[in-house]
Amino acid sequence: MGDLGQAGSAAIQLILGADVRLWSIVALSLKVSLAATVIAAAIGLPLGALVALKDFPGRNLAIVVLNACMGLPPVVVGLVVYLLLSRAGPLGPLGLLFTPGAMIVAQTLLILPIIAAVSRQIVADAWGEYREQLTSLGAGSVQAAATLLYDCRFSLMTAILAGFGRAAAEVGAVLVVGGNIDGVTRVMTTSIALETSKGDLPQALGLGFVLMAIVLAVNAAALALRNAAARQGA
Amino acid sequence: MGLMRVIVALMLLALPAAAQEKFITLASTTSTEQSGLFGHLLPLFTEKTGIQVRVVALGTGQALAVGQRGDADALLVHDPDAEKAFVAAGHGIEHRQVMYNDFVVIGPAADPAGIAGIKDVGEALKRIAAKEAPFVSRGDNSGTHAAEKRLWRQAGLQPWADKKPWYRETGSGMGPALNTASGMDAYIMSDRGTWLAFKNRASLKILSEGDVKLFNQYGVMLTNPQRHPHVKRDFGMAFVSWITSAEGQQAIASYRIEGESLFFPNAKREGS
Amino acid sequence: MSAESILPLELAEVGFSAGGNRILDGITARFEKGPVSVILGANGAGKSVLLRLCHGLLAPTQGRIAWDGGFGGDPRRRQAMVFQRPVMLRRSALANVAYGLAIAGVGRGERLASGRQMLERVGLLALAERPARLLSGGEQQRLALARAWVMKPEVLFLDEPTANLDPSATRAVEAIVAAIAGEGTKVIMTTHDLGQARRLADEILFLHRGRLIERAPKAIFFTQPHTPEAGAFLRGDLPWD
Repeated sequence: MGDLGQAGSAAIQLILGADVRLWSIVALSLKVSLAATVIAAAIGLPLGALVALKDFPGRNLAIVVLNACMGLPPVVVGLVVYLLLSRAGPLGPLGLLFTPGAMIVAQTLLILPIIAAVSRQIVADAWGEYREQLTSLGAGSVQAAATLLYDCRFSLMTAILAGFGRAAAEVGAVLVVGGNIDGVTRVMTTSIALETSKGDLPQALGLGFVLMAIVLAVNAAALALRNAAARQGA
Repeated sequence: MGLMRVIVALMLLALPAAAQEKFITLASTTSTEQSGLFGHLLPLFTEKTGIQVRVVALGTGQALAVGQRGDADALLVHDPDAEKAFVAAGHGIEHRQVMYNDFVVIGPAADPAGIAGIKDVGEALKRIAAKEAPFVSRGDNSGTHAAEKRLWRQAGLQPWADKKPWYRETGSGMGPALNTASGMDAYIMSDRGTWLAFKNRASLKILSEGDVKLFNQYGVMLTNPQRHPHVKRDFGMAFVSWITSAEGQQAIASYRIEGESLFFPNAKREGS
Repeated sequence: MSAESILPLELAEVGFSAGGNRILDGITARFEKGPVSVILGANGAGKSVLLRLCHGLLAPTQGRIAWDGGFGGDPRRRQAMVFQRPVMLRRSALANVAYGLAIAGVGRGERLASGRQMLERVGLLALAERPARLLSGGEQQRLALARAWVMKPEVLFLDEPTANLDPSATRAVEAIVAAIAGEGTKVIMTTHDLGQARRLADEILFLHRGRLIERAPKAIFFTQPHTPEAGAFLRGDLPWD
């Protein structure tokens, strides 16, 4: 209890006395994870919908692989992205390694399977209900996919939030490809890892509370948005 | 399409204004970062030259690997043998000694192996082995790990090879290894700087120190620009020159925690 | 509508089996432009499956279904279907009506204008901006009819369109169906409301255990059914008629 209490007061002090340093770390965390979430959603939602609707050879295998990739270890994703972006790697000339751009790439790859797999399931379930109606109205599979994505938008928000939560919480991938460079690629999770390394456990846990508060705030905002939309009956 | 524009905008937003900034990437060790030395040193360098130093803190082994792949412009590490091999293989140039600090043997205040006050580190290690007292090793191929294994060998022991149950390799950085040792009341060897900045000490304290064998030499070098043309040779060289200059050396000496110096400058040209 | 028609619709020895069960067997029939065709039969006789086969949502396991008119394009574009429980898209009533037009590539302005006209005809213009899923069952069924009608189909399939509706909602739906038929659209529908069949049908097709055993003009079917099965059906073990 004593340790947790100390961490709690460290968290409060961090927020009250928040300096530019903390805010820039928080802002970078949000920027990186939100950008990764937007990109992963832009790819993962249509991908999930098409896998749900389209029949193609190897579809079941694709579904199994997609579902399995939800459990990708962040460090492995980080390593793969590191090897790709390293100067000695195929994408080295881009000079992205140890930049926030590299962290966005890694987190995008990490959460893309989550968003795609969960939206595939949501869209597949809805397809059972909509199939005859949409076919009758003349929709092809691409049009049907777009319609279902729109009609399932509230359920799909859960898929997107799951992706964001994972992106914001992971440390392994961003540490490897970002390098935890002070003021450049240091985010909430890598700061927590660093403070833990320094043995400053209350500070680490305090940062953890701040991170949880941020994720909570994003989820609350999403829910508020959803409720506002639902009140309008959309 | 609007969505694509949003994505591109977000990507740009997240990228730092790197293009117009002068900076180098320095692969270094957790001990220099976590001891707070860089926080003291680098602003002085940046103020003088306008060059920002982006530190990626890794174990020495990993830092050398990053340098070998061309992912850093300069390296500041502490494993003299590995550094020499690195330079000999053509991966690095302009290798120079920068400073040293020392390792200390830390253990629980109860000191079951009875090493308190023993200056001879070989003797201290032998007593730990004889009592089979828990000992935490970094086990991560870092400079500290290399130095620790060297000291064991010099004492005629290789507990990792003999798979001794009391010898516990954590495969982690100095800080996490200290956390482990503090959690299990184990002995551990640490660089002094990390130890002084470390907060979660529990019952741990320094038990053995001062042996010349515990000397920990840091070296700096440039990634070989002939192998990696994108390496920022001029900026990197500015850093190597500055940190080995009288001014840089003075800055190192002036970094203290609780009145204690952590690093002792000893730059001189290496080799010929 | 181009001069070429998709009708007549020809079914030759059509059968359908699923999971080892024979649901339809040996259906041969020809549907011409004009009369409202009502398919009657007990539950499980295969009425809904027959509509789905005709509309192309299911493929026959035996026999052949063909649109034998001169229309050269995709016959799917010239037909529509209203289901017993229509799926309302999660958007406004107007957007539901305009949806099919968007799929068909009609421009936004035109499809909203057509959608409004159509909503007016089914008496839902006041609810145009209301989310479709918040409409009552009767309103939803009228909206589904509007969504089908706006496509100006040559053939409209209706599967038990009033099965879950109260009498006044049923009357409103029947009025719309009559209007659609009155404008020249061929209506093929199922129902198990005999009163509805009497009000709407021109001809009756009677299905019994997956077979088409009787087809007759309405007046004849209701007064002098040929088959004992149809007679029994009409005499009504049917408590609601």
